[in-house]
Amino acid sequence: MPQIPMAAEPILAIKNMSITFTSPDEADVEAVRQVDLTLTAGKTLALVGESGCGKSVTARAILRLLDKSALLPSGEILFNHGQGTVDIARLKPDSLAMRSIRGAEISMIFQEPMTSLSPVHTIGDQIDEVIVLHEGVSPKKARERTVHLLDQVGISGARERANAYPFELSGGLRQRAMIAMALACTPKLLIADEPTTALDVTTQAQILDLLRQLQDDFGMAMLFITHDLGVVAEIADEVAVMYLGDVVEQGDVYEVFRSPQHPYTQALMNSVPHLRRKADRQRLSPIKGTVPSPKDRPAGCAFTSRCPYVFEPCAGTRPAPTEVGAGHLARCHLLARTKMEALA
Amino acid sequence: MVGFIVRRFIAMLLTLLAVSIVAFAIIQLPPGDFLTSYIAQLASTGDQVDPRVIENLRAQYGLGEPFYVQYWKWITGVVQGNFGHSFEWKRPVWELIWGRIGNSILLEGLAVIVMWFVALPIGIYAAVRKYSLGDYLSTILGFIGLAVPNFLFALILMYLAYTWFGTTLGGLFSPEFEMARWSLPRVWDFLSHAWAPVLVLATAGTAELIRILRANLLDEMKKPYVVTARAKGLPEWKVILKYPVRLALNPLISTIGWLLPALVSGSVIVSVVMNLPTAGPMLLRSLTTQDMYLAGAIILLLSVLTVIGTLISDILLALIDPRIRYGAR
Ligand SMILES: Nc1ncnc2c1ncn2[C@@H]1O[C@H](COP(=O)(O)OP(=O)(O)OP(=O)(O)O)[C@@H](O)[C@H]1O
Ligand SMILES: [Mg+2]
Repeated sequence: MPQIPMAAEPILAIKNMSITFTSPDEADVEAVRQVDLTLTAGKTLALVGESGCGKSVTARAILRLLDKSALLPSGEILFNHGQGTVDIARLKPDSLAMRSIRGAEISMIFQEPMTSLSPVHTIGDQIDEVIVLHEGVSPKKARERTVHLLDQVGISGARERANAYPFELSGGLRQRAMIAMALACTPKLLIADEPTTALDVTTQAQILDLLRQLQDDFGMAMLFITHDLGVVAEIADEVAVMYLGDVVEQGDVYEVFRSPQHPYTQALMNSVPHLRRKADRQRLSPIKGTVPSPKDRPAGCAFTSRCPYVFEPCAGTRPAPTEVGAGHLARCHLLARTKMEALA
Repeated sequence: MVGFIVRRFIAMLLTLLAVSIVAFAIIQLPPGDFLTSYIAQLASTGDQVDPRVIENLRAQYGLGEPFYVQYWKWITGVVQGNFGHSFEWKRPVWELIWGRIGNSILLEGLAVIVMWFVALPIGIYAAVRKYSLGDYLSTILGFIGLAVPNFLFALILMYLAYTWFGTTLGGLFSPEFEMARWSLPRVWDFLSHAWAPVLVLATAGTAELIRILRANLLDEMKKPYVVTARAKGLPEWKVILKYPVRLALNPLISTIGWLLPALVSGSVIVSVVMNLPTAGPMLLRSLTTQDMYLAGAIILLLSVLTVIGTLISDILLALIDPRIRYGAR
């Protein structure tokens, strides 16, 4: 491998990862087929796609938080912890090595701030716990840190609020507490799985602001999962578009939004409403058909059954990534063909 | 929290009042009263009954007077600690029952403790290792524990103890300790007798507890806060014990209250079979002979136990679950 300058060295590189769910009385389901993602310090990668395309499963695989029925049959999850790299895909989920990464080097916040916090422990207790666990400080010191963190995520009266139970806080405050917990040990990577979906629009904007500002302060990489392209535009540096278990297109957010290359990405962009005068409004063009289940996925490109441009290689062969711009990749046979023609 | 307890306490007193009326009504339900069956019994053996004695007794207890008068006479006595006289035993009710109620509470209390000690680890294991060999084994054993009637289990145990070790299981004390004061040897004697009935009484409850705990825990382990706890990097056992187990216990804590009376009524046959000096057999006998003050006192005391148990459950629940504590403020 060529030597890359320090600054650009990725924190986490997922290479060709697939995730299969096994079941004793049904055929295996390949929920995620091929995912390549690279996360860099101080940058945010947004992972977008329709419901059920495998975003959460991908995120949980990074922390090995999937059910026992989930296997990682292929691929690597290379994590650079400063003194070399480990392949997380090869670690045992409950091993010490994995546990010392969770919450300390890579942490995660979830969609439902109500149910994701224990209802019978105070938020202070829940945050102290992770600090005591990873840094071995006394509970008293940990609480000082907790109060400071709560203050940092914009919870006023942090010292009293630390003694509050989740049900005493509003959704926005709970999500802030959740963020404080995730950042307690200054992780290198923060995974946010739809952290604003359950919140109202104003609170959503505040949380996004907060995350952006905390990223500046802490310098961590962020994997931000959402299905809201507006949120992507607001927070992401890079974007990866997933469809039915495949990352079909990825690149700089500006690049991808300006000239989406994959037919699915194009369709996704067209399904977002723009603010127009009523007379000028056009009907949105939703993508035809529905997402098939992973069981009925074509062997080739997953989008085959809904793509307006299908031609003969699509159903049978998986498209390889084609570079369509600097760091902008898309997996589509059309692009491969145009490129071939251009070269010919 | 204090207001919460005070309010629960007042509710408890009102419940007891209602229960005492119902209990009294029930012991009054059968036609006739103790005196009629007493006279009939004496007459059948050819004895003469002095009508004046009967008359005195009638007046003393208000027999034949309206229900509320009889109830009033009874309950005012009870409040002053006078539970009345047993017609059959010709002794104050309190003298008869306090030892037996004490034995009942002791035995049932031990059974509850054994139940929790056995059920807790097994239930957690069965949920965490769902569909493992151990899970299936605990399910099978649980069903056997539920399906085999306690008295049958008692008989089997007594039979095995006799054929294998030549010992007879039965009673709670050896004859020489029966009436003795509590002392270390008496405690030892009690334990060497009590383990068998405690084991028998605990089986069904243990099976039930394992089943409920496993189901609750499986539910709780699916909740997102468990994933959060794992994502912190806690070891799996700590995740399970600190979070889902804690929540799975909440509904079980509220069952402690009715566990006591359920055990008492469920233990009558076992007590008869194993010859245990507890309240159950005495209640049974007093009901068949219409010894109403004795029956009434036992029913009332069992109700008091239930209500106190419920109060304890409520307080425990409020202590461990902030949602209840704060909701009730
Ligand atoms: N425990 C599981 N067992 C079997 N299949 C699963 C399991 N968890 C997820 N899947 C499958 O994996 C696929 C991806 O699910 P995932 O939750 O990652 O979707 P998602 O992109 O996060 O959707 P959403 O936007 O609704 O959160 C789904 O098709 C789902 O059926
Ligand atoms: Mg999801």
